[in-house]
Amino acid sequence: MRETAGERWGRRIVLTLLTLFVVIPLYVMVTSAAKPLRDVQNGFTWLPSRPTLQPFVDMWSTVPLARYLVNSLVVSSVAAVCSVAVAIFAAFAVSRYRFRGRGVFSVTVLSTQMFPGILFLLPLFLIYVNLGNATGIELYASRTGLIITYLTFSLPFSIWMLVGYFDSIPRGLDEAAQVDGAGPLRILFRVILPAAVPGVVAVTVYAFMTAWGEVLFASVMTDEGSRTLAVGLQGYSTQFNVYWNQIMAASLVVSIPVVAGFLALQRYFVAGLTAGAVK
Amino acid sequence: MATSTTAPDADRRVPRAGSPARGAARRPRGPRRSLLPYLLLAPAIVLELAVHVIPMVVGVWMSLLELTQFHIRDWSTAPFVGLENYRATLDLNSAAGKELLHSFWVTLIYSVLSVGFAWLLGIAAAVVLQKPFRGRAILRALFLTPYALPVYTAVITWSFLLQRDTGLVNHVLVDQLGLLNERPFWLIGDNSFWSLLVVSVWRNWPFAFLCLMAGLQNVPGELYEAAAIDGAGFWRRLRSVTLPMLRPVNLVLLLVLFLWTFNDFNTPYVLFGGSAPEQADLISIHIYRSSFKTWDFGSGSAMSVALLLFLLVVSAAYLLITNRRRDDHA
Repeated sequence: MRETAGERWGRRIVLTLLTLFVVIPLYVMVTSAAKPLRDVQNGFTWLPSRPTLQPFVDMWSTVPLARYLVNSLVVSSVAAVCSVAVAIFAAFAVSRYRFRGRGVFSVTVLSTQMFPGILFLLPLFLIYVNLGNATGIELYASRTGLIITYLTFSLPFSIWMLVGYFDSIPRGLDEAAQVDGAGPLRILFRVILPAAVPGVVAVTVYAFMTAWGEVLFASVMTDEGSRTLAVGLQGYSTQFNVYWNQIMAASLVVSIPVVAGFLALQRYFVAGLTAGAVK
Repeated sequence: MATSTTAPDADRRVPRAGSPARGAARRPRGPRRSLLPYLLLAPAIVLELAVHVIPMVVGVWMSLLELTQFHIRDWSTAPFVGLENYRATLDLNSAAGKELLHSFWVTLIYSVLSVGFAWLLGIAAAVVLQKPFRGRAILRALFLTPYALPVYTAVITWSFLLQRDTGLVNHVLVDQLGLLNERPFWLIGDNSFWSLLVVSVWRNWPFAFLCLMAGLQNVPGELYEAAAIDGAGFWRRLRSVTLPMLRPVNLVLLLVLFLWTFNDFNTPYVLFGGSAPEQADLISIHIYRSSFKTWDFGSGSAMSVALLLFLLVVSAAYLLITNRRRDDHA
């Protein structure tokens, strides 16, 4: 099928406009991270007057960035691993068994994903605070509380994507293993999981990203000691000064790992979405 | 949603076990087998109950209490007031009720525009990237980047761009192009709504792009060949082949995007630094601020529950209408 001249130009124009729209903020983030402070205080400049890596050094002392980074790393990794572990079992049940309540479970879990976060925020805040007062289990302002919260945030979508992956693995493999006398868990760990490794990795990255980027609960459920990056980065704007160059440097540092992970695995996200939604 | 509706199909397509006799002999029967799926689901169910279902029930209960700052540390002392919180917050003659209604309209317009633009950019990118050419993989990765960024770094960067004195936007519009004589404020006043909209589209359109791209992979190339042989031009092919084939994706995508933007808290919270100007006062941030400013969690919960009911009604109506349309077509 030949492309007409109109189509070719249309494609070029669309691609150029979209690229500019996407690239300009990214460009500003990268170049501003290499600017001295006066460049970001007196009017905008396209290029640093004198490129410097100083913001990447200063950003650690202006706010306790290292602590926020460790908090975010711990919370997001633990939440991601637990979420995927729970999701694997749930997805195995939904994909391989027909049981009463299966449809209700799928719909309920997915729809909680769609509810407003603010709806859970006030009750969870109260539950955590009151539970702490009553039993001494500190969930409010602790990393544990955040982990539990975040792990359920990514759970619905993780289950949904994994069900899609598991469904695409031929049941013949299960049957063959069954003939060899393998039980359900053995089938899950020896047959299904090895075949679904890319899916499991993609879902883990998704769960990590969800926790890494969450703002609402992080802003309410943390104190100075448990603060994560999502809230901590706002510390660069003080009453007297906004260290835009350091903000951009810190943003760059905390973005690169998740962006790299996402882009490396994008093809599996597409596959997961296709398996889950389009079928 | 999708998993439950497709389940019977999956069963039919993949007959279980080769012969019934072998299946009956090998597969464990009885209570152990029927209990297993529930055991596998137990952790997920417990967590969902703990963080989603129970708080939701508690939230409804809270909305019936006079839960002001005096009772927050020990809510058992909060008096039961029935529907008083709803009456107070939803009373459109009161100042609070007017503010809530204003916030509702702002959010509705914001969501419709944001979803519309995100979808348009997403379909444009998905269609022009449908056929392979050199550099396609790079562009695809680039277009997905705004979605992959943590939301706060994306929005913080935009707030830098939109600063009145040190931002790129005013530098280009005022200093370089000379389109405006005065430097406008982008993050307060009437402009703040449009700023919020642009940031939200920038961040969300890659998700639409990702889903539509996935959907387009399932469109058989022969359909386009056939349409081209029939003399169908670009727009005709888009209307008669691409869009109908994308219908299942669009149904889910539009609803999900709408609910996400309607509940959006992160974008305004980070863009405007903890609060939002009146013109961009989205409902989540409105509830958040009025709850934590006055520590009146009772009325905050009442507003949240009302929001949930509205979204449930909208979603149900949407699913009913789109399902009926599908039946008509069949």
